[in-house]
Amino acid sequence: MTAPTIDIARAAPISGLPAGHTIRVGIDRIRLELLEYARRTDNMVFTFAFPILLLFVFASAFGNMDPIVTPDGEISAGALMLPAMVSSGVLLSGTQNLGIGVAIEKWDGTLRRLSAMPIPVTSYFIGKFGQVLITSLVQTMALLAVGVFVFGFDLPQTAAQWGVFAWAYALGLICCAMLGLVLAQLPRSVNAASAVVIPIVLVIQFISGIYLTITMLPDWLIQIASIFPIAWLAHAMRFAFLPEAARFVELDHEWNLGMAVGMLAIWTVVGVIVAAITFRWVKRS
Amino acid sequence: MNTAIEVHGLTKRYGGSPVVDDVTFSIEQGETFALLGPNGAGKSTTVETLEGYRKPTVGTVRVLGTDPLKAGLEWRSRVGVVAQSLGADTTLTARELLTHAERVFPNARRADDVLSQLGLLKHARKRIGQLSGGQKRRVDLALGIIGRPEVLFLDEPTTGLDPEVRRQMWDIVRELSEHGTTVLLTTHYLDEAEQLADRAGVIIAGKVVALDSIANIGGADARMPVVRWRDGDRNREERIEHPTEFVTTLSRKHSGEIPGLEIIRPTLEDIYLGMLRAHGTESTREEADA
Repeated sequence: MTAPTIDIARAAPISGLPAGHTIRVGIDRIRLELLEYARRTDNMVFTFAFPILLLFVFASAFGNMDPIVTPDGEISAGALMLPAMVSSGVLLSGTQNLGIGVAIEKWDGTLRRLSAMPIPVTSYFIGKFGQVLITSLVQTMALLAVGVFVFGFDLPQTAAQWGVFAWAYALGLICCAMLGLVLAQLPRSVNAASAVVIPIVLVIQFISGIYLTITMLPDWLIQIASIFPIAWLAHAMRFAFLPEAARFVELDHEWNLGMAVGMLAIWTVVGVIVAAITFRWVKRS
Repeated sequence: MNTAIEVHGLTKRYGGSPVVDDVTFSIEQGETFALLGPNGAGKSTTVETLEGYRKPTVGTVRVLGTDPLKAGLEWRSRVGVVAQSLGADTTLTARELLTHAERVFPNARRADDVLSQLGLLKHARKRIGQLSGGQKRRVDLALGIIGRPEVLFLDEPTTGLDPEVRRQMWDIVRELSEHGTTVLLTTHYLDEAEQLADRAGVIIAGKVVALDSIANIGGADARMPVVRWRDGDRNREERIEHPTEFVTTLSRKHSGEIPGLEIIRPTLEDIYLGMLRAHGTESTREEADA
């Protein structure tokens, strides 16, 4: 209770907020979002580290299996896991991270606290998407480092493969982030947040050829998974990381990148629309 | 004087009976106003309507001349909110939250100045979850005042706090008020209203049953002194405007002491409990009797 000389009154009524307010607040929110992300153990384990741990497990397990023989040569079963876990990371960093994080902030009063201050809703999303992008980039680089240096898997070899990697990553992350905002509207309490989001994210990975390679799945399950964007994200990532011969372990033994772009784009648009309709910054009752 | 807050005919209904029923009051700039009432009387609903979180069923509200439902960020920068339970499940520290708030409000105070004023400097590096209830409440208050608000809403600012922390909170509210901040506080503690407010509105079961300065609340009748004495084996009681005159007359009828003489001036508490009995529901009457 010291410092009585501090001027605590507003000098004069201000008119409007300074230029660049939205950007400045947004950048400061990225700082807070990253701090929150790094301090939440469940986040660090189940969203950040999980695909990296699974890459170790799966690549070690499948690495000892016989290679998949195709008419154009052999494909290492272990190498399939690098594009799979890169896709998984994009899904977790986008969908699971935002799905759980935004749902908790909705129900624990954080959104309300923020909306009581002059924080533009755009700044809130700059903070969220900035956090998603930064944590996902670090996670992806860690996956590539483990894949290349520990297991000796190949990075994309051609400009075309790098190009596909770039758009699949970018579009995939935007799409997954939007779907995370949509899923965040489903839980009805703080405690329900991970219970609702995690099973959905888990099941979609099993049926989309991420935990189980696509050759292990029955046709009808692949047909169902093909409705959702994750199977297409994983498909594009396999194109980026695997040799041409890997097309023989795809549906119809063909790459279908046009379909992958289309599905990711459609789901992104659907996600943006549904998120825009369902997200409430200031909840009025 | 300008009016900072205006509430006119505010009614809020969720399906059945109204939670807030035709409430009207206004608060001048620089005034501290207490909305006093038992739990569930409609205090928070009223304040949350003024904060822009609830839509009136009927009636109009204005804060700094603006309808809170249509207010923008510039309005938010002039209004401070200390809600009942922000209880955010955050891993951030008090300093992290406040340095962010410092960047969010134009013309904000320095985070460390506010932390120091609230006695939070030595806890500034602790995560919010590790703070005590009183410390968390002070962080809430710090976030509410860092932007130098013209209007400050305090929803039950000291509920559940120990007496020392309550007094600290009171000192801070008084200091803000001295600097011209308009304060609307809700409380179910009479002493809090008495200590802080210039005027109070008593709200019971959604209705404002009294609205006046703290000195006059309840009206002249409720404040009328009561003279009690014993007449033989009967207890007598008289409500009388001029007790001295009455006692002088009474003393002439007695030789020496008047047995059991008492002159009681109703305290704010007596007046408030009288209102709870008169206007309350079953449960508020029980509260008053207890």
